[in-house]
Amino acid sequence: MKQTWKLKIWRGIIIATVGLYLLVPLIAMLDFSTKPFVLGMNSRTLESWKVIPAQPDLALAIGRSLITALIVMLLILFLIVPTAIWVHLKLPSLRRPFELLCLLPLAIPAIVLVVGVSPLYRWISINLTESPITLSGVYSMLILPYTYRSLSAALDAVDIHTLAEAATTLGATVSRVIFGIIMPTIRTGIINGSFIAIALVLGEYTISNILNYKTFQVVIAQIGRSNGNVAVAVSLASLLFVLFLLLLIPNKKRQGAILDVDIA
Amino acid sequence: MELKKILISPIARGAFANSLEISARTAIVGAILGALFAWALVSGKPGSFFYRFSVALSSVLAQFGGVMLTFAFLATFGFNGLVSTFAIKIAPDSFLAQSDWLYGMTGLSLLYTFFQIPLMVLVFLPTLENLKPQWREASDALGGRVYEYWFRVGIPILTPSFAGATLLLFVNSFSAYATADTLINMADFLTPLEISSALSSEVGGANPAEAKALSLFMIIVVTLAMTFYALLRRRVSKWEQRR
Amino acid sequence: MNPSAYVQLVDLAKYFGKVKALDGLSLDIAEGELVALLGPSGCGKTTALRALAGLQELDRGQMIVDGKDVTFQRANNRGMGMVFQAYSLFPHMTARENVEYGLKLRAHKTAGEKRKARSAELLELVGLSTHANHYPHQLSGGQQQRIALARALAISPKVLLLDEPLSALDAKVRTQLREEIRRIQVELGTTTLFVTHDQEEALGIADRVGVMRNGQLEQIAAPAQLYDRPKTAFVAEFVGLTNPIAGKVNGGSIEVLGGVVKTLPGSITSGSGIALVRPESIDVVASKSGNATIISASFLGATCRLNISMRDGSHVTSQLPSPDAVGLDAGMSVKVSLLDIPVFVKAAG
Repeated sequence: MKQTWKLKIWRGIIIATVGLYLLVPLIAMLDFSTKPFVLGMNSRTLESWKVIPAQPDLALAIGRSLITALIVMLLILFLIVPTAIWVHLKLPSLRRPFELLCLLPLAIPAIVLVVGVSPLYRWISINLTESPITLSGVYSMLILPYTYRSLSAALDAVDIHTLAEAATTLGATVSRVIFGIIMPTIRTGIINGSFIAIALVLGEYTISNILNYKTFQVVIAQIGRSNGNVAVAVSLASLLFVLFLLLLIPNKKRQGAILDVDIA
Repeated sequence: MELKKILISPIARGAFANSLEISARTAIVGAILGALFAWALVSGKPGSFFYRFSVALSSVLAQFGGVMLTFAFLATFGFNGLVSTFAIKIAPDSFLAQSDWLYGMTGLSLLYTFFQIPLMVLVFLPTLENLKPQWREASDALGGRVYEYWFRVGIPILTPSFAGATLLLFVNSFSAYATADTLINMADFLTPLEISSALSSEVGGANPAEAKALSLFMIIVVTLAMTFYALLRRRVSKWEQRR
Repeated sequence: MNPSAYVQLVDLAKYFGKVKALDGLSLDIAEGELVALLGPSGCGKTTALRALAGLQELDRGQMIVDGKDVTFQRANNRGMGMVFQAYSLFPHMTARENVEYGLKLRAHKTAGEKRKARSAELLELVGLSTHANHYPHQLSGGQQQRIALARALAISPKVLLLDEPLSALDAKVRTQLREEIRRIQVELGTTTLFVTHDQEEALGIADRVGVMRNGQLEQIAAPAQLYDRPKTAFVAEFVGLTNPIAGKVNGGSIEVLGGVVKTLPGSITSGSGIALVRPESIDVVASKSGNATIISASFLGATCRLNISMRDGSHVTSQLPSPDAVGLDAGMSVKVSLLDIPVFVKAAG
């Protein structure tokens, strides 16, 4: 398709407008966190940023959140993906209702959700462990809308029925079909679904806060209460950190859009 | 009956109507801007760094609600913020120079749209990528101009997906109302909304029935939205390939 | 180059970096003629077609249709009808609405009644009147392509462009549909350019076939000409079956399999060569002291195909009229020689 100059202009305008909208607050955060804030300073400073490594709770919280992300990933790989494959393969009539079910977490306000699960987590923290890593349970539910739809698209794109049949006649067991044959085929869908899962785990605040767990974002908020500049610096740092993590994941394919599937 | 009293109760209704209005507004604005941006991405070089960066950034921004969002906007528009200090120098009488418009409806809408746009990009990008180039080429070859293509082919095909995505945005915004609270009450991050305070405080507190009614309304709104969404989905099946 | 031809492509060139998609292609099409562009993937045939349609920009060259220079005209002004390989029907419109699309765009010329009549006429022409209200996904691949054809023809195009329209279809549908396309094309007298990689398709329906390679036209001629008198080794090998048989070339003839046969223009003129022999140019007779053995014999009705192993280990395929193959069976020792038909010879090694 010829790229006329008219097209390029439109593209430019849109990218500039939306880009600005999204980037200005981020730049503002950078500006804010490097402003001179004590009398006597008159130039930009990285003081607020330097404080970050010194925060005691932060490293711990990052570590915990990363582990939680890892657990969520494992739950995706060993629970959600096989289920999605199973539904697509063996229970096609349940596909639509299942999909709608997976969309539900988007609709339930975090507040309502938290009120619902708080008794459960109270029990967990008393009887099992106080670690925030247990949040991976709730988080796995929260990422369902995004992850399931990504998987669904990848599964639709490949003829998994034929693959499964071929493998079975060759002697493969069910688990081998799922893990050894189909999963590698839908690798992109899994990766894309994981993208947003990681972003969610590291970015979630409301639930962990009300349940009183010290996750990444909660600690950031805590820091923020005492010192505005540092709070902004830390927020920005956390955003850049996760962004950097995500960019590390190889994702070259064009239809590697996060949700990889038609909304309707 | 209790229910009726709640319907009339100004506080509850205020909060409820506000959240509906904000959700609707930001859903539509976010949908349009997000769709346009997604189009800009799709019509560019595939697999480019810009594309990957935008997608990664969208994932992050769509999820980093609450804390970071609040700080970001305070840093921009709040007291001593980037844009407000700028505005004070240039247009001291404009609303931008005041630092509390952010806490009003306009400010809230701006805030919400900030994460609606990335969400829309994530959700709508695949739909755009499914728009086959052959359709545009066929329309061209048959004599159609650019606007005719969009008017007769492109937009009709995209509309159900777009509407579905907007609904999703609406639902998302509605249930993310908690963010507003953080902004309004920076001192105490633990301040629950009317519902949760009513529900979780066993030590006297607001009327539990009121809270239950409010949550009932929220559930109704959400159920309605999801039903519309399901209907839209079914409509698209009319011309979708069935495997 | 015929300066009065209906369609003239003059020295078209298009380069994608180092890749020469089109490298000086010149071609003309007479009014009402069906020309097929044949070649392997990447030879530039689709690029040429799309350039004519206005969907591909050129680096060099000129295109003239019906006396007018259309080189810089936009795709939507050229009045060409195009049929794509797949997926081109608008999914949200019925078959009839798809067919009427081009007409609707020219609404000021085609009022509602005339439009309906025209689309009905075309649906009738492609034999899908009963499916007028179906959506594309309810139609089979072959039916979809027929609708696509109807849609392209609805606007009475100056030139009909077909971009491998049958490639995505099953074999049986392919044969049926190509006959239909030809029938319609002849009936309407539409000037047509048909791109394909399937030589049977090209030879089967075209008035002339142009074989392309690496962005250039190797040869363009009527199907029989192309088959019997290829101008290059590539054409000889691409079109129809060939048996490569070694021999010694001397001037305008080659010594092969104990006999001497004339060579076609373009062949090498001395040294060791490889004759590209058609199956029907190979003669097989039973002989106890023969130079080959039959591996298998397949009866195809009017002809018989023999798979033969030569004494040096190479294989040849011969095709004889069945009466001449009576008595020839697998395992038999035979003498293989060439009939007196000119062959193309390429250099050995």
